[in-house]
Amino acid sequence: MALTTATAIDQVAVRTRRPNALARLFDNKLFLIFVCLTPAVGLLAVFLSYPLGLGIWLAFTDTTIGRRGVWIGLENFEYLLSDPLWWNAVFYSVLYTGVATIGKFALGFWLALLLNQHLPFKSMLRAIVLLPWIVPTVLSAIAFWWIYDPQFSIISYLLVDVLGWRETNIDFLGNPWSARFSLIAANIWRGIPFVAISLLAGLQTISPSLYEAAMLDGATPWQRFRHITLPMMMPILAIVMTFSIIFTFSDFQLVYAITRGGPVNSTHLLATLAFQRGIASGELAEGAAIAVSMIPFLVFATLFSYFGLGRRKWQQGSDNE
Amino acid sequence: MQDQFTRRDALALGVSAAALAVTGASAQQSRIKVADVPAPDFKIESGAKLSMLRPVKFVQPDEDIFRGNAKRFTEKTGVEVKVDFVGWEDINQQTAVTSNSGAGPDLIIGFSDAPHIYADKLIELTDVADYIGKRYGGWLTMAQRYGKRHDSNAWIGIPFGASAGPLIYRKSVLQSVGYDKVPEDMPGVLELCKKLKAAGKPAGFALGNAVGDGNGFANWILWSHGASLLNEKGDVIINSKETVNALGYLKELYPTFIPGTTSWNDVSNNRAYSSGEISMTANGVSLYFSMKNDPATRPVADDSEHQLLPKGVAETAPMGGLCLNAMVFKHSKFPNAAKAFVTYMLEREQYEPWLDANSGYWSQPLAAYEDAAVWSGDPKVKLFKDSMKSKFYTGYKGPISQASGAVNADYVLVQMCASVATGEATPEAAAKEAERRARRYYRRS
Repeated sequence: MALTTATAIDQVAVRTRRPNALARLFDNKLFLIFVCLTPAVGLLAVFLSYPLGLGIWLAFTDTTIGRRGVWIGLENFEYLLSDPLWWNAVFYSVLYTGVATIGKFALGFWLALLLNQHLPFKSMLRAIVLLPWIVPTVLSAIAFWWIYDPQFSIISYLLVDVLGWRETNIDFLGNPWSARFSLIAANIWRGIPFVAISLLAGLQTISPSLYEAAMLDGATPWQRFRHITLPMMMPILAIVMTFSIIFTFSDFQLVYAITRGGPVNSTHLLATLAFQRGIASGELAEGAAIAVSMIPFLVFATLFSYFGLGRRKWQQGSDNE
Repeated sequence: MQDQFTRRDALALGVSAAALAVTGASAQQSRIKVADVPAPDFKIESGAKLSMLRPVKFVQPDEDIFRGNAKRFTEKTGVEVKVDFVGWEDINQQTAVTSNSGAGPDLIIGFSDAPHIYADKLIELTDVADYIGKRYGGWLTMAQRYGKRHDSNAWIGIPFGASAGPLIYRKSVLQSVGYDKVPEDMPGVLELCKKLKAAGKPAGFALGNAVGDGNGFANWILWSHGASLLNEKGDVIINSKETVNALGYLKELYPTFIPGTTSWNDVSNNRAYSSGEISMTANGVSLYFSMKNDPATRPVADDSEHQLLPKGVAETAPMGGLCLNAMVFKHSKFPNAAKAFVTYMLEREQYEPWLDANSGYWSQPLAAYEDAAVWSGDPKVKLFKDSMKSKFYTGYKGPISQASGAVNADYVLVQMCASVATGEATPEAAAKEAERRARRYYRRS
């Protein structure tokens, strides 16, 4: 018995004294960091960095679908700068993002404030509000495509045939400006739930004691909104706005399904123009260049909402220090 | 409702079965004239196996008969053939990948310009084309254009059929404004469209981003005025006096259309026509069939007539077509088996039933097949049999290239027309802009 115990202790001692190579390897902190990070880095490299890198590289070549390209430097970008259609897409992308974001935030914030009140069927209402966001974009795009149809629009039908307020159908998508605003309206409709629900979550984190204190001091509802709600909401507003701007600026489905960039290219966003040139027309490199040209806009928008709206002093509720 | 649909489906099945029976019977007493030409011996490689892609069917019998033909080829030669049907929007990309990677299917039946884009990856099929052409009365004009390399007699593609978009109009409406058919001269067309508008049943042609219908209309307007994108050498000549004339004409024509055609896509005119909102448009035969097969729109179909697009100053109807074009890749290990297969599929015993099964969606590339039973069926479908006699094609009159397809896909000509129609640009400015955009695509060729 004693002997066995001694042997066992001996063995343990040996093992502690001279751990085998594998065990030592796994004890090594550097190695562990490397092993644990590899899958994540690998996934990021394969699914994020590679496509992005490839896209950027393509933008500097003259690749077409079916033909390997060669490096041509900035030629694609030079052409785009001289291409009125690209400028047109830049203009509309900025307009679309700007107007739609303002619309979404104004209506979404308002909706969030309403939903934050004590209403009957509160949870149900909140669930319903999410519907436009849940429906796949292509489906809602097809619905809007019908709503805006020059011949079979429900709105035209109501105005012309039911109410008799108009003589002719409304040509929503037939001329540039009405097509542009019709698409913006569709985008706002689709984007409101995301903004409303995110801001509602933010509203619920504001401590009621702040409002109580303000009410004791005799603050009006507007003052409470201006000096409590808004400053407290700034961090979440900044994040939600960043996301919203990115989604809107890089929107594709609504425009592609409803107008395909028409009439006469007036509603092309950079994303749809990139697809149109790169895939439909086969000029892969030019399409990639258009997509790459979106990056500076997105970086600027992100930095703006992050640093512009997310400043710490705003978060702390004081105006200027 | 459910019951109704099943009954209708069952009926459709019955009809197609009957069609099969009829075509099966007519194969024995075919009216196709066949010249006695010695068949080439392609020396099929031993152990050969083929795999191929083609676009998906319009109608079920298309697929059934195609597969049946391939199966009989296997029985006869021992060469196994794997046929895959690919969505229309995917086949160009799959062709590109196949030709670039040098792997994948041995042969692809793709669309129109594909063999010209990948010419250096394909084997020449001149022997197949020579034999089949001699045997079946010669290749029609459009087939020669899409099959042969530009300015040569080397065949790189073997056309299997084409689909065109002529005019479709309401007979009763035209009669009510004093016409039996659409005039062949463009001022006459304008006059008719004005009267249709006055009668409250206007015409409507797609001027939106519609790949098929929009380009078909834009090309018609240009070609009927003697304008074209390219000259024979392939130089961009769109910025011409003929184009400006054509656009000036369109400026007068457009106000006679139903409002909203600048936002039309490929299905918009089908809907507007089926519902009776418009009395004239241009479309493939699918519109007619879909109306004919639906009891709700059957009266509209019965009141409809097809007519080739009015000529204007052109000699033949200025109408291109979407062409099924077969190509065999150099990377195939069994090029002879592939040639034998293509030849086999175009022989009367196989091709005629297949053509008939398509009920007019595809029309033949070979003169002899104009006697096929399908063209003596529904008289309203008959005129589609001449689709491939047209000398017009996408990128007329230049060489077929990737650029001609790209100009088409990027709506360069459609948008030139639409911008003039809506008054956004003058004809001169629009032609210049189209030239700028087309030059960009043609900068390499």
